[in-house]
Amino acid sequence: MNKTLQDADTLPKKAEAKALNFYYGEKQALKSINLPIYDKRVTALIGPSGCGKSTFLRCFNRMHDLYPGNRYEGEIRLYPDDINLLDSGVDPIEVRMRLSMVFQKPNPFPKSIYENVAYGLRIRGVKRRSEMDDRVEQALRGAAIWNEVKDRLDEPGSNLSGGQQQRLCIARALATEPELMLFDEPTSALDPIATALIEELIHELKSKVSILIVTHNMQQAARVSDFTAYMYLGDLVEFGSTNELFIKPKIKQTEDYITGRFG
Amino acid sequence: MGIADLDIVRRQIQQAKRGDLIFVCLGLAALAVAISTFIALFGNMLNDGLARLGPEFFMNYGSRHADKAGILAAWVGTLCVMLVTAAVAVPLGIASGIYLEEYARKNLLTDLIEINISNLAGVPSIVYGLLGLGVFVYAFGFGKSILTAGLTLALLILPIIIVATREALRSVPGMIREGAFALGSTRWQTVAHHVMPAAMPGVLTGVILGLSRAIGETAPLIVIGTLTFITFLPPAPITPDFPFVSFAWVNSQFTVMPIQIYDWTSRPQAAFQANASTAGLVLVLMTLLMNGLAIWLRARLRKRLKW
Repeated sequence: MNKTLQDADTLPKKAEAKALNFYYGEKQALKSINLPIYDKRVTALIGPSGCGKSTFLRCFNRMHDLYPGNRYEGEIRLYPDDINLLDSGVDPIEVRMRLSMVFQKPNPFPKSIYENVAYGLRIRGVKRRSEMDDRVEQALRGAAIWNEVKDRLDEPGSNLSGGQQQRLCIARALATEPELMLFDEPTSALDPIATALIEELIHELKSKVSILIVTHNMQQAARVSDFTAYMYLGDLVEFGSTNELFIKPKIKQTEDYITGRFG
Repeated sequence: MGIADLDIVRRQIQQAKRGDLIFVCLGLAALAVAISTFIALFGNMLNDGLARLGPEFFMNYGSRHADKAGILAAWVGTLCVMLVTAAVAVPLGIASGIYLEEYARKNLLTDLIEINISNLAGVPSIVYGLLGLGVFVYAFGFGKSILTAGLTLALLILPIIIVATREALRSVPGMIREGAFALGSTRWQTVAHHVMPAAMPGVLTGVILGLSRAIGETAPLIVIGTLTFITFLPPAPITPDFPFVSFAWVNSQFTVMPIQIYDWTSRPQAAFQANASTAGLVLVLMTLLMNGLAIWLRARLRKRLKW
């Protein structure tokens, strides 16, 4: 199922980080990262905590713009229109309209299940009730939660279990038909069964959308991703197809990490 | 750990539990002092004032004869002043709170503003009265009107509302904001659709706290020259002629409940003292009603909020 990196050269790219540096104030958190994100593939970011993988992920939808003192250098290009997402002339709101994000802890809005999914569509100007209903249902089906919630769409999202809440958040992120989905350790707060469901879901989603996922769990990276990047202290140490990286890593440090000797 | 050690552990637990017991006793004692004070005051007022409580007490103006005197001018005045106060202080206070918490960059200027607002909340109310006298009565020429009183009290409670709004906004988890932003919301959409509804119970508490403070204020109103004895009401807000609403009432002279009470207590006749107790009773009930409304609203809003 996984392709080698040689085959990857022919794959279309959805996005690409080029010489990306990132600074929290004076502190450099990302050091000249170069990484392709292939279209309709799952790319996993692994590495010990504090290595900058979440920081890197949050560059893609310009979440760092929300807080003062943060600074980007370099580029993240988004294809096919080939724009630099980090360009100061590009509106971060426009970027977030195109890319969506699922967070570490499920964070449904304190509103009904329906409203949670509908919200992204509302701010994109969807008004017709029938269209809204259709797209909400589609998104909930896409996130494999429709059957569990279809009879209680008016109930608060917080009434759901943790795993259901996270799938609701995936539905919310899916409803707006994003080009690239960002997952920030989406299962770290969930039990193994809920985790398995979400992993299965990510596997299905990649036929429709490109996915970048941060995970602290190497088995998860091995299970869900086509490509894996190993990061350490703000550096991208190694990138390759998941098969290659896990079976015969080229760099000793990567091998130490994935075999559990370090990290 | 051996069996012998277990005895020591048990003794330690017993000792530690004694601390619990001592604290509970102290807490109950403190609570008893507070509650019995309130009950004594309220009971005293009930005892002295209940006899005078009746429809005509609400329908009569003040009078030289204690048994004919009522609080019509005072409760209408209080209502009118509170309307102006709320209409000014609530939007201004909430908007300032939102701006400072959600929009303003954190720098020296906003720090300075923050310290100032906290300090303003502690300024004695009579100072606000002097401000009202200088600015609203003389500089703006609003006179001893409902407008002047409403604006003065609005200034007085503005810091309370701002601080409460900021606290409430701060208690909304950052995850909710990030979730909204990640979907492409602007800052205003994030605040208006997600953060404010979640903060509403706290904001409401602040608003009611502020208004409860304003409703009982006497000192600043004396300074701006509120009358103690009037026998007319402000003009009605609804008129028979186009445009059917009139704001002439804000320019009217007035009196308010605390001042009516103050006036009566300063008279030598015992019958007026009874009137003061009755009016005090009404004022306390008005405040309790407002607080009750706030608690009910808060509970209702909270039920819809969970995370």
